[in-house]
Amino acid sequence: MLDATAQAGLVGPGALPRGRSLDAFVTTAVWLGAGLIVAVFFWIVGDVFVHGVGGLSWSFLIDSPTHAGRGGGIGPIIVSTGLILTVCMAVSVPLGVGAGAWLAEFCPSTSLLGASVRRSLDMLAGVPSIVFGLFGNAFFCVYLGMGFSILSGGLTLACMVLPILIRSVEQGFGSVPGEHRRSAAALGMTRARTLAHVLLPAATPGLMAGLVLGIGRAMAETAALIFTSGYVDRMPQSLADSGRAMSVHIYDLSMNVAGGEPNAYTTALVLVASLLVINGATSAIGQRWLCGRSRG
Amino acid sequence: MTTHMNTTLLTERKTAAAMHRSASNVSPGPVRGCAAIRVENLSLEYNGKPAFTGVSMAFTQNRITAIIGPSGCGKTSFLTCLNRLTDLVPRCRVTGRVTIGQTEVYAPETDAVSLRRRVGMIFQKPSPFPLSIRKNIELPLRDHGVRKKKHLEQTVETALRDVGLWSEVKDRLNSPATTLSGGQQQRLCLARALALEPEVLLLDEPCSSLDPVSSGVVEDLIVSLSGRFTIVMVTHNLAQAKRIAHDVAVFWMHDNAGQLIETGPCGDVFNNPSQPITAAYINGSRG
Repeated sequence: MLDATAQAGLVGPGALPRGRSLDAFVTTAVWLGAGLIVAVFFWIVGDVFVHGVGGLSWSFLIDSPTHAGRGGGIGPIIVSTGLILTVCMAVSVPLGVGAGAWLAEFCPSTSLLGASVRRSLDMLAGVPSIVFGLFGNAFFCVYLGMGFSILSGGLTLACMVLPILIRSVEQGFGSVPGEHRRSAAALGMTRARTLAHVLLPAATPGLMAGLVLGIGRAMAETAALIFTSGYVDRMPQSLADSGRAMSVHIYDLSMNVAGGEPNAYTTALVLVASLLVINGATSAIGQRWLCGRSRG
Repeated sequence: MTTHMNTTLLTERKTAAAMHRSASNVSPGPVRGCAAIRVENLSLEYNGKPAFTGVSMAFTQNRITAIIGPSGCGKTSFLTCLNRLTDLVPRCRVTGRVTIGQTEVYAPETDAVSLRRRVGMIFQKPSPFPLSIRKNIELPLRDHGVRKKKHLEQTVETALRDVGLWSEVKDRLNSPATTLSGGQQQRLCLARALALEPEVLLLDEPCSSLDPVSSGVVEDLIVSLSGRFTIVMVTHNLAQAKRIAHDVAVFWMHDNAGQLIETGPCGDVFNNPSQPITAAYINGSRG
């Protein structure tokens, strides 16, 4: 950076001071931007930690809530959240990988169908979650007769997560160098095998990024779940039962229950911590699988 | 490659190509002078714009033919027509006729996948798959129905020995191929192609992205393979063409499209070119 400025100074003597001050300004702005982001992150996490860590205990994690959530723990709520996330991922991952692979590898870049699918996905990714909630309620709960249930909630979340997942998978495949496709074709490998054995391992980082984003969005979702998986804070007996997700619990405690803030904070701490753990685990598993593929 | 390999070729693949090749192995016949690839009036267009037009020539079996000429005159495009890699390029149109052995390359009944197995190709930039060294060779073999572990292991070893890589990598077959040096990667790509026992090898500037030492190793390797495979090599390196090619074909730009202007044995083209353009190109005053 300094070398470049000095060279510019040699070419035109008048440019030297201006170039230097601009350089200093840009450097400060870049550092400030990055610093601000980190500060805000630590502020939020720190606030949740400071207010929430007092209520955290083993019994909080396994007990049922009492007094509308003011007392007791969040055992059933953790179970419901896990079930909703499982339904969501079980549906969205295979569909997302399939659709992403189709868009990247099978759909010609000039195809009208491909262009409209991409445009629709980008628009869907920007649709507010409350709209997905209303759609999920109308379609899964009412039309398909699933009622307020973990299944309805998970499927609604799958609809919400799919656009992000598909586009990430597509980008993952897109970032695989064309030489691999050409080499595989030149070796007389079929498209399906090239996809499964060469492109998919190479696209895993993109897939993992999409998965992490998708899980984050699903775990954090409140609005879409209020209308679909409901409020019930009892331990779910099956996927057809209504179940309250952690984010819904936090919303309810902080907005509707007087004196619910301490438990809302502790639940928020559990939510943030489990998000970090799941994301870390997803990346680790992805890396491990990738290494296994490249070594074995 | 070996008798063992040829036996498995017959039992596991049973393609017309294999039958043809093993037949030619059994009867000695006239090897030199027999055309392995015949190209008649071949032209290629990308988006309606011609890359090269009206190329007719024959490639002799088990000899190295170098295709030389300035950049952009359709040499690489010509090479990709021989194994129908042009199928992968959208809005690419090939007209004319290519015959490899008994197979009409552009006949509707010809299967591009089995054709490419008989016509191996190496690219300018080494492009091993992001897998282990072993898997790079095993994967295409498995795709072509070779399943027996012992057979796979043996083929991997034979292919790596063929390219002189075995002693360098035998202790780390399971480590990623991307950890190899550029020259080793290119030899691995060659081993991967050889493992399929092709009849023809297409080499698209195989040494141009390598350092001089690796380039020399790969070049020697190509020479050592020439008695077993029909090799068609695009190169920008005239000295290399002169060193290793038996035959030379010169491509040149005419009316915004590549054309074949001269072809013949290496010595004739370099020492006594029939075209003034060829003479100028070889002297370095054109191109």
